[in-house]
Amino acid sequence: MYDAVIVGAGVIGCAIARELSRYSLKLCVAEKNEDVCTGTSKANSAIVHAGFDAVPGTRKARFNVEGSRMMEALSHTLDFSYRRNGALVLCFDEADRVHLQELYHRGIVNGVEGLEILDKEALHAMEPAVTQEAAAALYAPSSGIVCPFGLTIALAENAFENGAEFRMNCQVQSLRRAGDHFVLVTDQGELESRAVINAAGVYGDVLHNEICAETLRIVPRKGEYCLLDRRDGTLVDHTIFQLPGKLGKGILVTPTVHGNLLLGPTAADQDAREGTNTTAAGLANAIDKAQRSVPHLPMRDVITSFAGLRAHIAGGDDDFVLQQSAPGFYEAIGIESPGLTAAPAIGVYMAQLVAEGMGLVKKEHFTETRRSIVNPRELSFEARQALISRDPAYGHIICRCEQISEGEIRDAIRRPLGARSLDGVKRRVRAGMGRCQGGFCSPRVMELLSREWNEPMTELTKSGGESYLVVGLTKEEL
Amino acid sequence: MTTRTLTCIGCPLGCTLHVSLEDGRVVSVTGNTCKKGDDYARKECVHPARTVTGTVRISGGRLPVCSVKTAQEVPKEKIFEVAAAFARLEAVAPVSIGDVLLHDVAGTGADVIATRNVAQKTA
Amino acid sequence: METYDIVIVGGGPAGLAAAIAAKRAGTERLLILERDSELGGILNQCIHNGFGLHTFGEELTGPEYAERYIRQVRELEIPCLLNTMVLDISPDRVLTVAGRDGGLRQIAARAVILAMGCRERPRGALNIPGYRPAGIYSAGTAQRLVNMEGYMPGREVVILGSGDIGLIMARRMSLEGAHVKLVAEVLPYSGGLKRNISQCLDDFGIPLKLSHTVVDIDGRERLRGVTLAEVDENRRPIPGTEEYIPCDTLLLSVGLLPENELSASAGVALDSVTGGPVVTESLLTSVPGVFACGNVLHVHDLVDYVSEEAARAGENAADYVRQGEQPEEANVRLAGKKGVRYTVPQLLDVRHMPEQLTVRFRVGQPYRDVTLCVWFNETCFRRIRKRVMAPGEMEQFLLRRADLPDDLHTITFTVEEDAK
Repeated sequence: MYDAVIVGAGVIGCAIARELSRYSLKLCVAEKNEDVCTGTSKANSAIVHAGFDAVPGTRKARFNVEGSRMMEALSHTLDFSYRRNGALVLCFDEADRVHLQELYHRGIVNGVEGLEILDKEALHAMEPAVTQEAAAALYAPSSGIVCPFGLTIALAENAFENGAEFRMNCQVQSLRRAGDHFVLVTDQGELESRAVINAAGVYGDVLHNEICAETLRIVPRKGEYCLLDRRDGTLVDHTIFQLPGKLGKGILVTPTVHGNLLLGPTAADQDAREGTNTTAAGLANAIDKAQRSVPHLPMRDVITSFAGLRAHIAGGDDDFVLQQSAPGFYEAIGIESPGLTAAPAIGVYMAQLVAEGMGLVKKEHFTETRRSIVNPRELSFEARQALISRDPAYGHIICRCEQISEGEIRDAIRRPLGARSLDGVKRRVRAGMGRCQGGFCSPRVMELLSREWNEPMTELTKSGGESYLVVGLTKEEL
Repeated sequence: MTTRTLTCIGCPLGCTLHVSLEDGRVVSVTGNTCKKGDDYARKECVHPARTVTGTVRISGGRLPVCSVKTAQEVPKEKIFEVAAAFARLEAVAPVSIGDVLLHDVAGTGADVIATRNVAQKTA
Repeated sequence: METYDIVIVGGGPAGLAAAIAAKRAGTERLLILERDSELGGILNQCIHNGFGLHTFGEELTGPEYAERYIRQVRELEIPCLLNTMVLDISPDRVLTVAGRDGGLRQIAARAVILAMGCRERPRGALNIPGYRPAGIYSAGTAQRLVNMEGYMPGREVVILGSGDIGLIMARRMSLEGAHVKLVAEVLPYSGGLKRNISQCLDDFGIPLKLSHTVVDIDGRERLRGVTLAEVDENRRPIPGTEEYIPCDTLLLSVGLLPENELSASAGVALDSVTGGPVVTESLLTSVPGVFACGNVLHVHDLVDYVSEEAARAGENAADYVRQGEQPEEANVRLAGKKGVRYTVPQLLDVRHMPEQLTVRFRVGQPYRDVTLCVWFNETCFRRIRKRVMAPGEMEQFLLRRADLPDDLHTITFTVEEDAK
């Protein structure tokens, strides 16, 4: 019998797990896929929003600003990549300046610091690559960029270190009450728990509707992105927004913490909860709109494109649902933008809610910090040399494009909640994220996975499930 | 009398060759620009042959497979039989370039030889 | 810091030939740096025939061709560091190098020969829409898995791109028991050798669909199928021509890109058409003492030409080390126009030019019965009738120093089509 089961190991589930693991309880995170961070959390804009966009008085506004304030310190405590690069919201017409001012005032009310409206000259002095068509811009210095995998994995590892259990490949098929507790029927059999925390992303409504009389419908809202080579990563330094529209914040052009250039997302509602395919129209739309902000985008340098689904609650009040929806049933759903930013704050809030609701007691000892896998490229030459002398695997480069070593990949596999798949390795140490997109390193990473897990290559997957990389040995069909 | 059309592979010109055959013998070749084309057309229509390259499994080596080839061309229609023969073969490390791994593969009279060195796996 | 006379980055066919030539030209302290666990580069996985016709008068497989050079490297006792990657090259030729044995160190070189080869263009660079399942491989990665690790990437295969690697893999996969359904090519012509069309597709009954491309990828976890569409003359998919092809493997043979990250970090000027360094007749780049050859300079079709080019680079690097820096006045520009996409070299210092210099170039589209024109400044120097020229077949022209006029500043190669 668990005290609490969190359904979903995305950034929200992991943030709640981390904060809840401060308390004495038997905690489990049940994740339907093979790894943490495989849903919305791995396919988003990776922006830590300043908070001027959210409507004042909403939970989105509150948790956006709180999360934004927490992120930098957390990035040191939990050792993930974050950079406060600032943002600019462009307005293309003098007539729209009034909308910029609206955002400015909203930001002030929400508690965002440092906001300023810039005129054309100041804007172009700051970002020469931005379109000449831009009449003015809202400058938000507190906006930042983060590694969404780094953040999610860091939260998960820290939660695990502090006693949270993680069950992967554990989809909740059904949920019911049984007296004073819940029974979750999962891929791994039945789990019993006193409380359930719904952090199930685009499946949040499915879980909600198992328990709550008042049903919800979540509409997966697809956002498509293009990622450009690191050689274009300094085309702009700030995150470049356009004035937001009905479906969301609109297309942005931004550097990423890893030095790439990212454009997107589009916004298109659909039914398919696993429909993370990109579309010709969507990509064309993303590129077209992005060019409006930054003309002459070097699209020949695109290295990959992807799509993510945001959990938008249909017919709701357009806000996060963060509450105890039924006795023992807590929910953090409808977490669309600014969800990533809000995650740390949501984690704290929900943990407190659950702790109060269940009368939990704080642990004597909680491990506050977590160290990431060593990054030899960030060390000084001497320190890197010493590291390689101690452990030669750090000197054996496997991913040529990103210069990732065998030592780092081995660490990614051996750590608690270690990678079991090619994508798992990729999200932890970036092997395969470079310009050749795994063409060179995939066979070598596969060999390492095979060796470390003692699994034949034919059992290895790209991302769990049936995504086998090779189908057998050669000549078997002859 | 039958006619066959093929593209010559002798050089980048890629002449379209028209070959007239009677009872399996070449009566005439047209469309070629040089003798190589004529030779190729005749051979290809009567006794098409190929060198088959591939791999065989190897035990005890630094690599799990060793690249091989037929030491001479074999009849084109035997290509898959040769590939199947490769599949049944297992070499033992160490292997050197030119080592004969099998004689008379698929009854073609051709040897299968290693095209690379594979050293023994060190512990 | 260790100092070498010449450090060669890459132990594939280019690096090997360059090192051998430099050694034979008298250079003492040489070092080959190779990131793989053996010398030979990409040849190790090119187990098919067709190498060495020009160099050895024999038809060899890739590994056999490589062995001819590896043997010489051993006989000449040229030091090699395997499993060693160059992380950075500074403009003053200090290489930062990392390997399992030997750790992280810096090596100084009086001359550097860049021979890093090229990489394949991935699906992402084409922005093919759809899912991102397992089962999508660049042809070269599949080639490595099949030919060196003995694994089948899949069983029901569609190949996009009719360049030689795609064609070769169509045959390879078939011979290992897969069913190759078709090869699709976005252009109206194939980029591969006719010989490969015949022996890799025709021999196996594999259809070639020209003017077709993949417009969607289906399958969330493992590939389930692709949607093929016909394209128009602007390579845009024609609506209504879509066809769903069930398959579990998509191999991409959609272009090779010279791997010049290190060159860029050394400050080497790159040619935007070839993707490789701008070089002089001595294969010298814009950075003093840094030479380039092989696929890193421009993508080759025949390894024999790579070896030839690399030997020249090795000899020139040896000269450079022996004589020190020569004042370079590479004031003659070579270029391709009107049908000729690029030339290598791009610059010429007539005083350093040997008696004869091979200029290599490629055309941008297939031509039949045209005239290749060689211009010295504004004057046409030579007209050569060409029955056939294709983008997939590198051309060459032998420039004789004796023919060059005194006031030469440009040499241009153009294609003149016959009047209709």
